[in-house]
Amino acid sequence: MNIIIMGCGHVGAELASTLDAEKHKVTILDTDATKFGKLSSKFNGTALVGDGTDEEVLKKAGIAQADAFVALTREDERNAMAAQIAKQMFNVPKVICRIYDPLREEFYASLGLDAISPISLFVQLVKERLGG
Amino acid sequence: MYVIIVGDNEVGYSLCKELLNAGHEVLIIEKDATKCENLEKELGSVSLCGNGSEMAILTKAGTARADIFIAVTGEDEDNLAACQIAKQKFDVHRIVARINNPKNEHIFAKLGIDHTVDVVALVLEHIKAQASISSLIHLLNFKEQGGELVLVKVGDPAAGKSLTKLPLPPGSIVSLLIRQGQQCQVPTPDTVLKLDDQLICLIPSGSKESVQAIFAG
Repeated sequence: MNIIIMGCGHVGAELASTLDAEKHKVTILDTDATKFGKLSSKFNGTALVGDGTDEEVLKKAGIAQADAFVALTREDERNAMAAQIAKQMFNVPKVICRIYDPLREEFYASLGLDAISPISLFVQLVKERLGG
Repeated sequence: MYVIIVGDNEVGYSLCKELLNAGHEVLIIEKDATKCENLEKELGSVSLCGNGSEMAILTKAGTARADIFIAVTGEDEDNLAACQIAKQKFDVHRIVARINNPKNEHIFAKLGIDHTVDVVALVLEHIKAQASISSLIHLLNFKEQGGELVLVKVGDPAAGKSLTKLPLPPGSIVSLLIRQGQQCQVPTPDTVLKLDDQLICLIPSGSKESVQAIFAG
């Protein structure tokens, strides 16, 4: 798969390195080049400095050919905007965005986005482990 | 009317003051607590401290009963998120978003936010108008009608010709003639244009270049 990841934080870098090791074609975006230091030393994909809410940057990242787009910056609003651009303007088949706020996760899901709230997810996991 | 403004900057603040003076109920939602305090000191209880694109804050603000919702922060993604939530979740009918990056206007339109104000483009048009840099200046968009209002200055290609002789795009309306030393007048099809006349015209969206070529070359 041809995958674009926006945001090279802990999750973004780990995801990019893992998918790259599994032979996917990975492009990772971040506005801060120093963040790319988190990538695995074996990372063979493309690391591109730029803002994933900017159409030109997305085009440069090859969004027209992307099979999937994952938005993982720290800000829900940025992730939601980038994910909507990927989905609505470039028709990327699979678009996933991280939305911390559980209330907003529901909202963006209602707009048709595949939104994941790490907070809801973690709460659910802990509840399951607690056996209740 | 109840108006909610997201973002306390020059635009949000001035808008708030003007709407308050006009007797409206206004609330500014602002992340920065210091800004909120300053607002309270100056204008009274008009601010709510928090993120204007967060569901809980918008609920607290009483967004569901707002008549107008305006997002003017310096971040387009925040304005988009706030407006989308106000529109979809709280069913506010009149929504306006400020756009900071001109490239985002069509993205907002595609994502359901039709009424946007592009501050950079506005400033550019005004500068061009004041400095007479361009022979055609964009004034207003009529998105639903697919047209825009422009001010165009007559140059050599159109001078000495009557309006009927000019191959304007279908649907164009030349509505006002501004001629040096005369009262403004509504031109007729037979009006003969003079060099440096100015015309206010409604033209189909996207035909600025061809209209400019017809009048000014």
